[in-house]
Amino acid sequence: MKSKEFFKRVGNKCKNFRLTRRVFSYPYILFLLLFVVIPLVLVLVYAFLDANNNFTFGNFAALIKDGASLQVLLTSLLVGVITTALCLVLGYPIAYILSKYRSGKVLVLLFVLPMWVNFLIRTLATKAIFVALDIQLGMGTVLFGMVYNYLPFMILPLHTTLSNLDKSYVEASQDLGADKLTTFVKTVLPLSVPGIISGMTMVFIPTISTFAISQFLSDYTIFLFGDSIQTKFSNNMYGVGSVMSLIMIALVLLSNFVMSKFNKGEVTGRNLW
Amino acid sequence: MVKKILEKCYLAVILAFLYAPIILIIVFSFSNSSTFTFKNGFSFEAYASIFTSEKTPELLEAVKNTFLIAIIASIVSTLLGSVASVGIFSLGKRMRKVVENVNQLPIINSEIVMAVSLMLFFVTFKFPAGYIRIIIGHIAFCTPYVVLSVMPKLAQMDPNVYEAALDLGASPIKALFKVMLPMLTPGIVSGFVLSFTLSMDDFIITQINKGAATGINTLSTYIYEDARLKGLSPFWFAIFSIIFVAVLAIVLLLNLKKSIENRAAAAAKKEVKNV
Repeated sequence: MKSKEFFKRVGNKCKNFRLTRRVFSYPYILFLLLFVVIPLVLVLVYAFLDANNNFTFGNFAALIKDGASLQVLLTSLLVGVITTALCLVLGYPIAYILSKYRSGKVLVLLFVLPMWVNFLIRTLATKAIFVALDIQLGMGTVLFGMVYNYLPFMILPLHTTLSNLDKSYVEASQDLGADKLTTFVKTVLPLSVPGIISGMTMVFIPTISTFAISQFLSDYTIFLFGDSIQTKFSNNMYGVGSVMSLIMIALVLLSNFVMSKFNKGEVTGRNLW
Repeated sequence: MVKKILEKCYLAVILAFLYAPIILIIVFSFSNSSTFTFKNGFSFEAYASIFTSEKTPELLEAVKNTFLIAIIASIVSTLLGSVASVGIFSLGKRMRKVVENVNQLPIINSEIVMAVSLMLFFVTFKFPAGYIRIIIGHIAFCTPYVVLSVMPKLAQMDPNVYEAALDLGASPIKALFKVMLPMLTPGIVSGFVLSFTLSMDDFIITQINKGAATGINTLSTYIYEDARLKGLSPFWFAIFSIIFVAVLAIVLLLNLKKSIENRAAAAAKKEVKNV
């Protein structure tokens, strides 16, 4: 009796199941679960597993005790901060000047164009030139390579913000008697903060997490966080590598949190193309 | 006046820095030496070596793989992402927010973390090594961009048009293909182009997921493997020059086309207003 009722109910369910439009999203939701969410959960799981798959806090301890890894983390943060600062100082004037031109959009393309060529190729090209010019490879060349690679990522969001800026604020400030410098500092600069923040994130995160650039341009003397994660995984040190990936994830989430605080729903920069 | 000139000079200096490596490589690709001098005179030998070097078979194999992976990954991503966008758009408010946020993960996440997390997944569940891992990885980071380019088109769409089709007797499937699809096409096309270029350009995810033993290389991983150890030979000068010119020309053309279309659209709008 009961089973009959059960089958009836299942039958009804099947009849009620129609190919509604939301069903279209199910394959992709499944895909996201499998290949995005579960892998990230695995990073968290492996961070707490030792070589024999037993639960441990040893990976965290190993990372803290290992002076070399901490050194890499500090160097990466330093390189990240300097690169971001240099990109901001060099990129802001470019974005500002371009936002005043009527043909600014076309000119921005010129600044962004090299970005479309694979970064390995550009980095190897710069390295070949440094070698030919007999320039000592080291921190200086690494910073040059990073700025060279990521400057477009700073210019683009800044240009978007600056060229969408409401010009009447600037006019109002001038009408009220402010000189050019005061107008810039008190109106343009504060209004462009969302662009500055998203530019900074888009430079900082890739700078510390990319691998290969610093190896090439320092002749394998400077390793950054991304290089270090890759080395750990290729040496089968999944535990420590996962802990380092967790640190990276934390940095990404933190910078996105800061960015969303400043952007307030406005999308700048992320839609690069 | 002086300020204007200073501004232009500044732009010119930065542009010179950005383009110097590219231009120098192209110029000295005709010198058949890797020392940035013309001591061997002017020649096309470096270009000839692309077809005659002992690296030629490996290079051609890598180019073939790059295109093969990019074509498969971008087609699958475009299909998966476009279909998913229609579905996500009609999900409930909360569910939609969740899916959209998860969709952002591969975009905001650093590539290295994305790459190693996928590797952990493949290793844990014993996925067969080789193309399948690389292609799944590429689909995973391309599809979110397809969704991001199709969703705005869905939001712009007037829902009444679809309803009108239903009222006029079209079946939902027919209305979907005859009414909705044409309106989404621009978003789908730009999603496809985007995934194709992203896949072609990828290095980190391919490098970490290709598996050392399989010997599969795409262009970028092959460059990494070869040039890392031996430095740039004239062979690579020639290849880099070809890539520079091809990429820059394609991007310029696409953007010119876009700006001409935009201008035409703006002009059309103006005319309508004037009438």
